[in-house]
Amino acid sequence: MTTPTPRQPLHQSPRQLPGRTPLQSPASRRQLMGAGGGLLLATFWPAPRGGRAQGEPRPEPGMLAGPARGVFAPNAYIRIATDNRITLILPNVEMGQGIYTASVMLIAEELGIDMAQVDIEAAPPGAGAEITGGSTSVMTEWLPLRQAGAAARSMLVQAAATRWRTRAEDCTTRSAMLIHVPTGRTLPFGAVAAQAATLPVPQKPALKDPATYTLLGHSQHRMDSALKVEGRAVFGMDIQVEGQKTGTVAACPVEGGTLADMNRAAALAVRGVRAVLVNPSNTAVCVVADHYWAAHKGLRALRLQWHPGPNAHVNTQTLYEQLHEGLHGPAIVASAKGDASAIIAHASATHTATHTATHTATYQQPLLAHAPMEPINCTAHVRPDGCDVWTGTQVADRAQATAAELTGLPKDRVAVHCQYIGGGFGRRLEHEYVTQCVEFARQVPYPLKIIWSREEDLTRDRYRPAYVDQMTAALDDRGFITALTHRIVGPAVVARWDPPELTKDGYDEDLSVATLVTPYTYPAYRLEFARREAPGIVTAWWRGVGGTRGLFVVEGFIDELAHRAGADPVAYRRAMLAQNPRALAVLDKAAQAAGWGTPLPPGRARGVAVQFAFGSYMASIAEVEMPEPDAVMIHRVTAVVDCGRVLNPDQVVSQIEGGLIFGFSAALYNEITLEGGRVQQNNFNTWRVMRMNETPRKIDVLLMPSTEDPGGIGEVGTAAAAPVLANAMAAAQGRRYRTLPLLSARNGANGTEQG
Amino acid sequence: MPSLNINGQDHLVDVDPDTPLLWVLRDVLGLNATKFGCGIAQCGACTVHMDGRAVRACNLPVGLIGAGRISTLEGLDPADPVAKAVQAAWVALDVVQCGYCQPGQVMAAIALLRAVPHPTDEQIDSAMSANLCRCGTYMRIRAAIHHAAGALA
Repeated sequence: MTTPTPRQPLHQSPRQLPGRTPLQSPASRRQLMGAGGGLLLATFWPAPRGGRAQGEPRPEPGMLAGPARGVFAPNAYIRIATDNRITLILPNVEMGQGIYTASVMLIAEELGIDMAQVDIEAAPPGAGAEITGGSTSVMTEWLPLRQAGAAARSMLVQAAATRWRTRAEDCTTRSAMLIHVPTGRTLPFGAVAAQAATLPVPQKPALKDPATYTLLGHSQHRMDSALKVEGRAVFGMDIQVEGQKTGTVAACPVEGGTLADMNRAAALAVRGVRAVLVNPSNTAVCVVADHYWAAHKGLRALRLQWHPGPNAHVNTQTLYEQLHEGLHGPAIVASAKGDASAIIAHASATHTATHTATHTATYQQPLLAHAPMEPINCTAHVRPDGCDVWTGTQVADRAQATAAELTGLPKDRVAVHCQYIGGGFGRRLEHEYVTQCVEFARQVPYPLKIIWSREEDLTRDRYRPAYVDQMTAALDDRGFITALTHRIVGPAVVARWDPPELTKDGYDEDLSVATLVTPYTYPAYRLEFARREAPGIVTAWWRGVGGTRGLFVVEGFIDELAHRAGADPVAYRRAMLAQNPRALAVLDKAAQAAGWGTPLPPGRARGVAVQFAFGSYMASIAEVEMPEPDAVMIHRVTAVVDCGRVLNPDQVVSQIEGGLIFGFSAALYNEITLEGGRVQQNNFNTWRVMRMNETPRKIDVLLMPSTEDPGGIGEVGTAAAAPVLANAMAAAQGRRYRTLPLLSARNGANGTEQG
Repeated sequence: MPSLNINGQDHLVDVDPDTPLLWVLRDVLGLNATKFGCGIAQCGACTVHMDGRAVRACNLPVGLIGAGRISTLEGLDPADPVAKAVQAAWVALDVVQCGYCQPGQVMAAIALLRAVPHPTDEQIDSAMSANLCRCGTYMRIRAAIHHAAGALA
């Protein structure tokens, strides 16, 4: 027998942040949404104090290192030590989207180093992107990360040229070596790092000609593959700090309710249970124990009783009724071009017995949970002189600010250690679990890890809102749009998440994605928003944000119009895209690659969707079979992507494959329902996730060559999933699918949703 | 006090016998590769091997394991050809995204290939459908299992 000993060393004990001044960069959501950001997030930093000691062993590739050291620190992203060790500090968090790899590629390309020569560190709050989300990372980092690499390279070259008493023009860099081209002499970067550090930082360094790229545009393996495959990647869930205890949490299952009663003694009697904690607002309880199972048993033993509070009456039916009611009455006008309403009214009044010149349809989509594979968790150690937080978060700055506020500590005494994220999908743009963890951890002297059960994760999520949309078109005699009105009814997520970004009229511009911002142009157009906040639910961002929401409606409606006109859905869209060559090109290529128009085996049908969102174009075609009205098999999906210049082609393909499957799961199966204010889905037996036997047999992703600036990619596939599938199912069944999830009873075979 | 054979070593663990193996691995022994995903054997993130078969550690009480030999991702023999081929295939095809489910996927795939050296798509789907991946890496998992099977041929 051996004494149980952890195989892995305990996580590094809490350390202080190096002394950095927080970056004052109010990255607005508009910038987040892709209007660029330039150097906003790439201000130049003084070198950190402290950091790893000389002689400390190199971390494994992809393993997040502690604060970087290095004598040469030309900017926020790069540290080079005299022993030639190179650390890159990456501003965005890795949650599966491949951003660590892409970020390293951007710097390495300009700096002249190999991917394998790099140690990586997650940027601490104040020094990284404020937010990782909205598929914006590559769009915002494309320029600053290359500039960071180029500036460092220029300084190293200058230092080497001085050393060699030659001209900088005669020197180049490769594999972290400086090379004097005429003589072939070489020096490692580290040998001139100290000298380079004394040189001025060029503010506008020359960038490489993209034609000479050796990394960018060529598929590179992910930096985190081996770590993750061997089970050594450290997620928030895996944090083990000296002296740590583990807690599990139950919050009132009805939003706004409070704790009424509990059997504290019964919980404390469970072997291994150390404490029963209640948060200051009396809305959540944490049982702390030596390990999760004891905490879990303690939580059960509490037999919690809740005052359900004001939302005890909320149920799904009233939620949808409230949304449908918003189709009538006043609304905010988000965009108006021409007098669409008048054209529609006129067309409606002049219809003949054989020809109605307007078409109206109402779409409905449900509340959605995120359900990342890694349940919500956070570890915090609150001490009189400081606070450490270890977690996976897309908003480290917010987490730090909250922990500082709760503890009363200055921000520079609050360290947030960003870990690998076991799935974000927008869930970790929320940080209420950090708040909760710090509130509990303040009550105990030891580091406290809280782990939510999957039941807590699903029933206390912050949900993608439910929406109802209505579109009406006036049509010419060929069935093309002469005027279009679109009313969206639902919450304004931004009003809570980033209040200043709500427009003065009360509009949430996220709702314009894939609606107002579309590859199509209409002669007359009106977009309205009737805001209805969901009672008893906190609403939040979800992968694909406005794009996922809007594309289901718009591409479904366009498909209806094509069908109504008796036109082929691809040909109908082609006619509408004559002025948009990038959209037209992806559509044509998708049609060709998918064999659009070629005969299919009996029982199969195809559907198409075209999109412009997150700065990228995509056309997708799905081939489905529906052996029963409530069963669908997805045989094949073809997606053609124009995301501008492609940085890491295989990872773009991977994001589209995975994004589609994530979206298909929700489109087919998922709907959060409420009864008595309580969420009714609580684990993967009631929240169905697509499994391998249900995934398409084949997903072909083709990338268009482009020299345009890169667009986002992490949410593009998800946005396409519902519309392309709904349109294929409509073709298979000869009826429309206007309600999500597609296999919902409300989409019954009798077509009750037909408008 | 249950005695467990984990990765070839016997451990006396001072926990109640109803404690699921998952929490003994993670919170008592510090073996973190095996992940918590659902707690009710629905997602497969906690897949380990018991006597070579894939089992879910989250609802396997340690009191029921008896003489069963448990292996986790940490305990894979680096020289084991199947384990090596599976992990190499996962890296070669860049299967992972967030990676949280992948230890369970890898353990399920190794158990499959030991039982069925050259599985068809249908056999892969059948063996792997108990393992959820929210990032949607299923296409690559399927391809990587074929890749590994080919490398072992």
